[in-house]
Amino acid sequence: MQSITCECGHSNPYGTSLCQACGKPLDSDVEVLSSMRYEGSARRSQTYKKTFVDHTWNFFSSVRVGVWLIIIILVAAAIGTIFPQETFIPPNVDPATHYESEYGTLGLIYYLLGFHKLYGSWWFIILLGMLGLSIIIASLDRGIPLYKALKTQRVTRHDQFMKNQRLFSVSEEAELEEIKYTLESLRYKVREEKGNLFAEKGRFSRWGAYVNHVGLIIFLTGAMLRFFPGMYVDEILWVREGEKASIPGTKSDDGQYYLENKEFILEMYDKEEKKFNSALSSVDGEVAKNYQSNVTLYKTTPNHTIGEEPELIKVKDGEIRVNEPFKFDSFALYQTDFKLNEFSKMSFELEEKATGKKFGKLTVDLHEPEKKYDLGNGYRVEIEEYFPNFILNEQSQPSTVNNLPDNPAFVFSMYSPETPKGEKAFVGIQKNIEAGENQFKMSFAGIETKDLTALTVRKDHTLWIIALGGVIFMIGVTQGLYWNYRRIWIKQNQDGVWAAAHTNKNWYGLKKDLDFLSEKTSLIALVDKESDTK
Amino acid sequence: MAEISSTLLYGAFMIYLFSTLFFAMSISDKKHEKAAHTKKWGKIGFITACVGFAAQLGYFITRWIASGHAPVSNLFEFTTFFGMMMVLAFIILYAIYRTNGLGVFAMPVALLVIAYASMFPKDISPLIPALQSDWLKIHVTTAALGEGILAISFVSGLIYLIRTVDQSVSSKKTKWIEIVLYSLISVVGFIIISLAFKGAGYEASFEIMNDQNQPEKIVYDMPAIAGPANGEQLDDSFGPLFSTPSWMNGANASIKLNTFIWSLLSGAILYGLLRLILRKRIAAALQPKVRINPDLLDEISYRAVAIGFPIFTLGALIFAMIWAQEAWSRFWGWDPKEVWALITFLFYAAYLHLRLSRGWHGEKSAWLCVLGFWIITFNLIAVNLVLVGLHSYA
Repeated sequence: MQSITCECGHSNPYGTSLCQACGKPLDSDVEVLSSMRYEGSARRSQTYKKTFVDHTWNFFSSVRVGVWLIIIILVAAAIGTIFPQETFIPPNVDPATHYESEYGTLGLIYYLLGFHKLYGSWWFIILLGMLGLSIIIASLDRGIPLYKALKTQRVTRHDQFMKNQRLFSVSEEAELEEIKYTLESLRYKVREEKGNLFAEKGRFSRWGAYVNHVGLIIFLTGAMLRFFPGMYVDEILWVREGEKASIPGTKSDDGQYYLENKEFILEMYDKEEKKFNSALSSVDGEVAKNYQSNVTLYKTTPNHTIGEEPELIKVKDGEIRVNEPFKFDSFALYQTDFKLNEFSKMSFELEEKATGKKFGKLTVDLHEPEKKYDLGNGYRVEIEEYFPNFILNEQSQPSTVNNLPDNPAFVFSMYSPETPKGEKAFVGIQKNIEAGENQFKMSFAGIETKDLTALTVRKDHTLWIIALGGVIFMIGVTQGLYWNYRRIWIKQNQDGVWAAAHTNKNWYGLKKDLDFLSEKTSLIALVDKESDTK
Repeated sequence: MAEISSTLLYGAFMIYLFSTLFFAMSISDKKHEKAAHTKKWGKIGFITACVGFAAQLGYFITRWIASGHAPVSNLFEFTTFFGMMMVLAFIILYAIYRTNGLGVFAMPVALLVIAYASMFPKDISPLIPALQSDWLKIHVTTAALGEGILAISFVSGLIYLIRTVDQSVSSKKTKWIEIVLYSLISVVGFIIISLAFKGAGYEASFEIMNDQNQPEKIVYDMPAIAGPANGEQLDDSFGPLFSTPSWMNGANASIKLNTFIWSLLSGAILYGLLRLILRKRIAAALQPKVRINPDLLDEISYRAVAIGFPIFTLGALIFAMIWAQEAWSRFWGWDPKEVWALITFLFYAAYLHLRLSRGWHGEKSAWLCVLGFWIITFNLIAVNLVLVGLHSYA
């Protein structure tokens, strides 16, 4: 397409409505004021409307489409908070039945529509993608032509451009030096050309919108990178006090990290503490003050082979509290959960029922029970079956819920010189069922417990990108909203001195500048065409 | 120190009340008052507002010293602070635009917020481990400041609507303005009814099964219209007329719902009384009192959003994300409070884009500012009341 040459001599690209140098409307039906938003520059979306690519570009470059996308995402996000998302419901329930039983028919509909996983759904991701595309295309469509236009603008503007500005006046005469001085005192940058003036202030604020959109795109890109392997680790690690465990997700060529839980600390606020006395006495239970794990970090030697007992080299000690993660390498461990007083060892004594005489004590490690316990003198006990978390299943058979020793139960075989064939007994907490009439029994002789800590293992290589996006967004949004681009043109014509002014926002502020200007100089106050018509 | 603190807060409240009166004086219509009258009383009102703010700042500092942590950790402290930030936002915008009429509406709204706050337990409470972070003060104060400034855009938008919507005939618009005013009056109703039942020492007890399936006693301080879900009444007090739906999951949801119903009822009575006295719509009665240029009101509400939006984003999203990363190991988890902060952000982002087109200036823009404030209050109140989540401790 051919370019358009204005009478001032400037050659404008096809599609331009106001000459980029002098502001003359290049077509008779161009309205100056409404074209001012993007300086009447040639925007692709306003110029080419034929091919499929044009249509796609024009769709996404529209602010109206952008606003609709924002509103749709907003409504979708709100719908996602009506009932809890799947991640917030108890971990051991089936969502298929949970939503209906908790929230009735509405809950069932919510579940069937997939709203319980709304924020990860394909359509929500597509909406976010479309918004991202809209941000990119709308910014390119406007930002680049605007940049060129503001760079090209000249001091002397066409009469028609001046006359059509919202703020305009004609003075009989005015002292140019005085105007220039006054505007400079208001921190305008003033340029002069053939007795005409152009004063501008805060041009950089025009880039605010584009800067913050760049920030948003970087942010969204960072959020997407999470799905690439190696960028992100999210694991949970339970460790018992006094034990070491390999930290999931931390294996690399130079070894695997291990963590020892030396101590888990739970502190409560002292109810007697004067400062919080009235608040604490009004709650029933206790209020937690601190959750803390004292840990030691180890690492295996680089060429450690799986299956072999690893050789652990101590890296460092640390304390993990809520709000104070433990950081090493590119990983961080967060205090997430705990379990107090998990059964770890249970002790029994072999006892003759008739006499109450005892024939030795055995201690069962509830995590790794031994098969046989020899008590000497021909007395021994064998564990036939072990149910760490005992339950009677649907067939009324003894069974276990899981491997956690929350409700341990055993089938013991007791051997003695008198009963060489052995006697069987089922022993659990407050349970002792004998297979027949036994001569011996296992009597309970104590329990040991341990605390557990749960730590979240996190590596996130996308964080710096997301942080960068956030910083750029904040810079852009501040630059665009806390400053504005004010321009004042002064032109000497035959009938006097013409003055016109424009700003992209905050007309109130611009008018205050102009009032000051006409007060200090002989320039006649500029008239606002918009408030006159009201 | 705690006593000095509460005295200062009480003092600030009274001073704000006077400031409101002075601003009302400045626009009082006593037959062609001179500009000097307006200017004088406006100045007095503004100075009074600043003095009140200083007193409340004193409350904030002394309470901080007394408790050892920034006093923004429970609903009383946060809501009081939100009211204080509204006053600060008003002071900033008044300094720019010198509009007395804004004071007549902004100061009472801030007063309502502070009075509403004082209905929550005022004890100095210790910080649970999740709140023990410097980000508590940074995140909460910045978010509250942003919301305070956005609240001024609501005030200005509301004045715009009262000023410009045709009150000679009843229309959808006049009805909606009345609904907005009724909601504000309901806050007054809430305060009156709370004080009344507290003064009478009313109590009603229920026994419920809590999440751990343990019996727990809960005590209502107002007659139970909405009883707890699956609760058993322990005394022969009034009600309940119905049970709170079990999907309301926040802490003490049934008590909050019951209080909410009482607020609406007492608000309705107050509103009805006002209508009887005025014999016209409340907005119609207010309309002749506000003579601010609508363009200026539109400008103020837009400016308030322009100033408040970046601060809100910084406090309620960016600082929130940094803290969430430190405390919960992820910067974003789609917790309801997070989502509603995002919704607020998206809403004002949409507003700022709509302002690019001419047709959305003025009245439409004013309605949006009212809706925006509704979203903010929804996030402050309803999210804690109705929805489960990590912020439900308040």
